[in-house]
Amino acid sequence: MKQVDENKLAKSKKRKQSLAFFMFGFIGFVIVGILLTVLSFIVFKGVSVISWDFITKMPEEGMTRGGIYPAIIGTLCLVGGSMIFAFPIGVMAAIYMNEYVRDGIIKKIIKQMTNNLSGIPSIVFGLFGMALFVNKLGFGDSILAGSLTLGLLALPVVIRTTEEALKGVDDTFRHASLGLGATKWQTTRRVVLPIAFPNIITGLILSVGRVSGETAPILFTVAAYFLPKLPTSIFDQAMALPYHLYVISTSGTNIEESRPIAYGTALVLIIIVLLTNILANFLRKYFGKKVKMN
Amino acid sequence: MLKLESKQVNFYYGSSPALKDINLEMESNTVTALIGPSGCGKSTYLRLFNRMNDLIDNTKLTGEVLIDGIDIYKKGINVDTLRKMTGMVFQKPNPFPKSIFENVAYGLRVNGITDKQFIEERVETTIKQVVLWDEVKDKLKKSAFELSGGQQQRLCIARALAIQPSVILMDEPTSALDPISTSKVEELIHELKSKYTIVIVTHNMQQAARVSDHTAFFYLGELVEVGTTKKIFTNPTQEKTQNYITGRFG
Amino acid sequence: MNPFFKKFSEKFIEGLLMISGTVTSLTVVLIVFFLFKEGISVFNKKAVEEGYVIAVNKSNKVNSISPEDIKNIFDQKITSWKDLGGKDSIILFRLEDISTYFTDEQIGENFERLPACISRVVDSIPQIFAFFPEKYMDKNFKGKEIEAGKISFNTFFGGKEWFPTAQPAAQLGAKPLILGTLWVSLGAILLALPLGLAAAIYMSEIAKDKVRRVMKPLIELLAGIPSVVYGFFGLVVIVPAIQKLFNLPVGETGLAGSIILGIMALPTIITISEDAMRNTPRSMKEASLALGASKWQTICRVVIPHSISGITAAAILGIGRAIGETMAVLMVTGNAAVIPHSILEPMRTIPATIAAELGEAPNGGVHYKALFALGCILFVMTLVINLTVEFITGSKKYKKH
Repeated sequence: MKQVDENKLAKSKKRKQSLAFFMFGFIGFVIVGILLTVLSFIVFKGVSVISWDFITKMPEEGMTRGGIYPAIIGTLCLVGGSMIFAFPIGVMAAIYMNEYVRDGIIKKIIKQMTNNLSGIPSIVFGLFGMALFVNKLGFGDSILAGSLTLGLLALPVVIRTTEEALKGVDDTFRHASLGLGATKWQTTRRVVLPIAFPNIITGLILSVGRVSGETAPILFTVAAYFLPKLPTSIFDQAMALPYHLYVISTSGTNIEESRPIAYGTALVLIIIVLLTNILANFLRKYFGKKVKMN
Repeated sequence: MLKLESKQVNFYYGSSPALKDINLEMESNTVTALIGPSGCGKSTYLRLFNRMNDLIDNTKLTGEVLIDGIDIYKKGINVDTLRKMTGMVFQKPNPFPKSIFENVAYGLRVNGITDKQFIEERVETTIKQVVLWDEVKDKLKKSAFELSGGQQQRLCIARALAIQPSVILMDEPTSALDPISTSKVEELIHELKSKYTIVIVTHNMQQAARVSDHTAFFYLGELVEVGTTKKIFTNPTQEKTQNYITGRFG
Repeated sequence: MNPFFKKFSEKFIEGLLMISGTVTSLTVVLIVFFLFKEGISVFNKKAVEEGYVIAVNKSNKVNSISPEDIKNIFDQKITSWKDLGGKDSIILFRLEDISTYFTDEQIGENFERLPACISRVVDSIPQIFAFFPEKYMDKNFKGKEIEAGKISFNTFFGGKEWFPTAQPAAQLGAKPLILGTLWVSLGAILLALPLGLAAAIYMSEIAKDKVRRVMKPLIELLAGIPSVVYGFFGLVVIVPAIQKLFNLPVGETGLAGSIILGIMALPTIITISEDAMRNTPRSMKEASLALGASKWQTICRVVIPHSISGITAAAILGIGRAIGETMAVLMVTGNAAVIPHSILEPMRTIPATIAAELGEAPNGGVHYKALFALGCILFVMTLVINLTVEFITGSKKYKKH
């Protein structure tokens, strides 16, 4: 071996490694720190705003006082509406993809298209929703148009998580059922779906979290700037939490005055995201164990 | 020319023992084969000598592992230097995602050698040593993944030889190869014997019989029997060894 | 159960499932259809105000004028036909200028002779550039109506000004928006890539399993926070900080956008590149260590080269996420539609433009269609990015054994 000073080499290798590892660890924690900063900032600023009145009252005095009740209801309507549309279709599409269609060109095309759909920016969904639902189909700015737009956006998420869930079901279950003379659909409905159910629901919850925070798709399809009454039909406009936050923090009547409301609204949004995440994780763990035990 | 030795070695994964009280000496310039059924601890034992087991969390070692009389688990031993002294060849050919040339040069580079000419010479001699030169001399810049499995494994041996270790540890080096590639690797082992201390873990009885001078039989973490290969295969003293080499279990 | 009914219901259900399966494909097709139908039609539209025409003298050689030039003529930045390929200086004629050429009687009480008057003016002055309502166009107009302000591919992509409500001709140059989008996104990726990679290396190769198990869900949570919340955070924290730090008149800058987008792109970059690194075969890492390489050398020389396609995919997807992001950018970049010169200037991205302007663009008008054309650009950009990623990860050079 050509002579290299062993000790010097070993020391320099060690030094470089320690430095690099320290730096990377540091950066890793900085990133977690950023997350905690964003969260805690919103929590600290928003927690004093949140009260029973805040979540049950109409906005008042140019949205500088009062609550965000109609925005909460609006977001609930939109989330509900989009899921009524996206969940069954997404689950059925995933079943078709995973249980029925054979590997081949059709499967490839559907996969590719679903992928493409999930890569489309949300503002483009907004454009599309406006062109098709609001104008072409004449729904106008309405909960219906907004829900459908959001539903399309959530569709790839539902499909992907459901597919994962179905893939997680061991083939022996299917073979056992088919071997007993059950049809494909009977097998799917009575054997595959019950086993995959917890993970499908987890996917549903995650898409709820995603949809409730989306703003760009609802800008031109449903969102009302200020509407101090609750929607009465699916053809009504509605306020929504993310849009409300956008409006009062950038173009409200009095931005400084409505800052506390903005912090409160941001906190409510964060809480929704946290809750859906925690719930999804909990379900995954809880049912994950249960399925294994059986 | 180094002697490998272990004294009262016990090794644990978590709380379950993987090696129990192993006392074994392996002479220099010989090939020692470690045989035994899966999970008997032979690979674990092999990896003690370049401290590869350090990479696994939650393990414990007692006793002494010695290379040329020096306890390699003693404080103050530099692991990188130790590993440079011991070349290792793995079950499956595992070239790096680099060119053929860079695969062999890798060990030199990470050990601080920058002399271009020196590296080129060393790469060439090492590839010649594993009888691969004629097959690859025109495509040294090509990815190592373009070689066949057998060629890849010889390249991996060359990679280990390039840093001129004294000990070569082989962990089932032919288990993923076809018979022709296997026999080439075995020939190579035979030739390398004069310069290195070689320890080879193998599943293949015939291989152990063909390439090794000494054979050690492991069973359930214990060293059952060790001796010259000839004796182990013709006249073992233990019944378990007899059963294993005749294929009654394992 | 009746076997016929059973078979029928099986088929029926399969059909239903198949229809659901096609919904995503159908949606993509519809999106492309609506987006491009509206978007492409902008290229045949005139940028001049609806119902107006531009006419010149018959002897004038100029046959078409771009929207930008029309604006410059009105702003008197262009005062000679020479700049446009003709000769002599321009004489601008607007409807209200008619009184300098004709008396009220000549025009008539109800403007009934106005078209004829305009026609005579245009006919008699060779250097004229006339802009008037189409309804006052004479039946035997003696001037030459000009292909004025048609929006072409060149004026749309090359135009340096985005001012869709400008009079008399909307200025629809997407260049500042495209550049703004690229600046902000590249800035974001320059910030996020090194940080994200470092964190990914830490999580996959260095951190203890316990640390990793806490860190990973936290970073996934970072991806779940709505963009409008990030925008709000940027607005109240980062924007003022940048203003103070660089002593700027406003803190709403491209940099603010890049920082926020960078934070938002982090989870994408970290999860994907971490996955790629964890896919490095254990034996490959061991081989490197067995040759006396340190852990750090192994990471640099084996793990990173092995996972380079995944890392590239992560970077590109990160850019894609940044390019398409709307709300956060809209809230913090200041939205000035000018060609950027420095990251410390206000900038405007394509998504932010659509979000800010679609609400006030009259349905079906030039502005409306132009925003759809922007949507097309965005769609194509993200499509190219997704296909590139698929190509990179699909044609992975170093297959696993």
